[in-house]
Amino acid sequence: MALTRTAIRKPPQKSSAPSFFQQPIHPGSAISASDFSVPEVRHILESADVLEKENAFRRAERLARRRVALLFYESSTRTRTSFELAAKGLGADTTLVSSLSSSIEKGESLKDTGITLKALGAECIILRSPYSGAPYLLAQATGLPVLNAGDGMAEHPSQALLDLRTMLQFLEIPARKISDKVLRSVTVSIVGDILHSRVARSNALLLPKLGAKVILCGPPALLPETAACMTPGLMIERDYDAALRASTIVMMLRIQAERLAGLSIDLDDYRTRYQARADRIAAVAPKALIMHPGPIIRGMEITAEVADGPQSGIAQQVHNGVPIRMALLVRALGATKKGGRR
Amino acid sequence: MKPILIRNGRLIDPGSNTDAPRDLLLHDGKVAAIEAPGKIKATGADVIDAKGLIVSPGLIDIHVHLREPGQSYKETIATGTAAAAAGGFTTVCAMPNTTPVNDTPEITRWMQSPERGAAIHVLPIAAATIGSDGETLTNYSALKDAGAIAVTDDGRPILGDAIMLQALRAATQQGLPVIQHAEDTRLTGGCSMNAGVLAFRLGLRGIPVEAESGLVERDIALVRQVPNAHLHVAHLSTKKALDAVRAARKAGLHVTCEVTPHHFALTEERIGHYDTNAKMNPPLRAESDRAAMIEGLLDGTIDAIATDHAPHATHEKEQEFDRAPNGITGLETALGLALRVLHLQHKMPLAKVLALLTARPAQALGLKGRGTLAVGSAAGLVLFDPSEKWTFHAADSKSKAKNTPFDGWDLNGRVHATIIEGRIAFRR
Repeated sequence: MALTRTAIRKPPQKSSAPSFFQQPIHPGSAISASDFSVPEVRHILESADVLEKENAFRRAERLARRRVALLFYESSTRTRTSFELAAKGLGADTTLVSSLSSSIEKGESLKDTGITLKALGAECIILRSPYSGAPYLLAQATGLPVLNAGDGMAEHPSQALLDLRTMLQFLEIPARKISDKVLRSVTVSIVGDILHSRVARSNALLLPKLGAKVILCGPPALLPETAACMTPGLMIERDYDAALRASTIVMMLRIQAERLAGLSIDLDDYRTRYQARADRIAAVAPKALIMHPGPIIRGMEITAEVADGPQSGIAQQVHNGVPIRMALLVRALGATKKGGRR
Repeated sequence: MKPILIRNGRLIDPGSNTDAPRDLLLHDGKVAAIEAPGKIKATGADVIDAKGLIVSPGLIDIHVHLREPGQSYKETIATGTAAAAAGGFTTVCAMPNTTPVNDTPEITRWMQSPERGAAIHVLPIAAATIGSDGETLTNYSALKDAGAIAVTDDGRPILGDAIMLQALRAATQQGLPVIQHAEDTRLTGGCSMNAGVLAFRLGLRGIPVEAESGLVERDIALVRQVPNAHLHVAHLSTKKALDAVRAARKAGLHVTCEVTPHHFALTEERIGHYDTNAKMNPPLRAESDRAAMIEGLLDGTIDAIATDHAPHATHEKEQEFDRAPNGITGLETALGLALRVLHLQHKMPLAKVLALLTARPAQALGLKGRGTLAVGSAAGLVLFDPSEKWTFHAADSKSKAKNTPFDGWDLNGRVHATIIEGRIAFRR
């Protein structure tokens, strides 16, 4: 892929010991939405359907007593809970390591924490980190499959997959129909703090692969022009109403106060321009699905009326977290009879 | 010490406009004779057969971090200079961002003491302000007397206009260049790579081109106010800053600059999956900037190739990209990269490549008597095979540190021997 290109092509490795950053990434990992081919996306979503419908006792045999570690360097409600429920639903043993109650507080590095978890028998690590790219480091350090539960501003691939599942349910398209054209007639607007959003990046990398047109919408401070060049199929629209009018699906994002890094935003102005309000939605996007990855700041990017209203897909998104993450865990920990990794 | 006779080599000495088959006799640390092949009769001398090799003045690196005093877990003067010798260098200029900062004559002398075990010449560059805090000038005259050849706050650029103006004035009085790491750090907080699409995609905060060019332009404006001032721009990385230097030179100002091998050999794409061995400051830039560096080297705007050799311990680099320190090693790959990229790919004549590593850096920083060979001059030389292909392995490096993006790279031109003051500092 493009990221590994160099100005001068790197010659084949002759050294006996490849350096740390050349260690292979376990193929069961899910680190970037760009890692998934279209058939893989289809397979993961089909697998999620199978796992969701499966008898709970049979399902619990799939990863019975396999060891899954959740390593969380940032707070999380939805992602952590759904990964944990997914792993437990598949019969795995889980352990949660969070930065405030572990040796991370004492200055232990990510590499050492990963090696420690592996030595304790972890077969898969689910990582949330405030640092972009941290899952690659963990995967290189441990050789284990790493599931990215959000890294810095970079990516949140499991969120993009559960968002896709929500969109397909809304569009009444079954998972088996997933192809590079399945979303050809669909326009998705992602609105708000794109700059700091890993959800936006993962969705923007995933949806165009399936043929969707993706509109990025927000003020220049939170949406630089370069964003549209990230991958083909993206465009920028500063006017929220214009974006809404063009959209089948609208994804609202929170302003990430914790990552603003000195950037000052006029919040009142932001609300006026970009808030999902009932009157606005009714006027220009009365049929659109309104999504939000959470956490919602009610009254900021979205009003209570819209979040709780009939067009809201927010609860369905949360619901889809467990089946998607079950599918990713099964994929990571190897094939069983059904739903295994190809 | 026994005399050394180097026979059958091709002497390329850009400083004296020499490119011819020559034998050289080294005696008492000096060049005793340079003659056509077979002309020198020296019984009792050690003979080095340089057939097929180029004999060049020892290379000069005007920008290295040797980490002593205070950070010897990363590198020592002994290990850093051993790596330099293996890379063909006989002189390196050591940056002052040590612990403590080299802002006194005592530290400047300490670095040059024989007890440091340097394999080659170390010329300290002293801090421009006390503690490199950008507030109070250090004592330039005392630092110069102690051996400092320039002043800089490398890594912590001098941002204040008034203090930079003071530094230029004080340095000019002493005949010293002011070296600036051109980065407006007010624009780069929390940033770890080049600004642009790739940074956006990787979710990393980007260092804009303007952070470099803006400070270079500001510094050039200040140089105009100080007659005879000499500004040297460290590790230039952007077309915009290069254009500013080019214009300043045209306007007759004394502004010089250097570029690193990684900035002419690599682009930001080398970061791949957040490889911290591609993290340095200034960052690897876009292809258009890399191409501009090549152009600046070809057209002569860029005075020197300098490595910015920045060793770090393994555990420091095996971290999340944002947390890992900036910098890569470079002393053992500089010549091979220069030959591969500039000579082979861009057809720069060998003499011109070597000039960027010998006479021109010496001239840029006013290092008199270095970077060229003449009868009676100090005998610092490198012998290398310009066509030998070899693979660089970080594990084999003489440096304490292995943080290089060039591990496993095929390079052109391999050093066979480095000679300093008539003794062999490195021989393969």
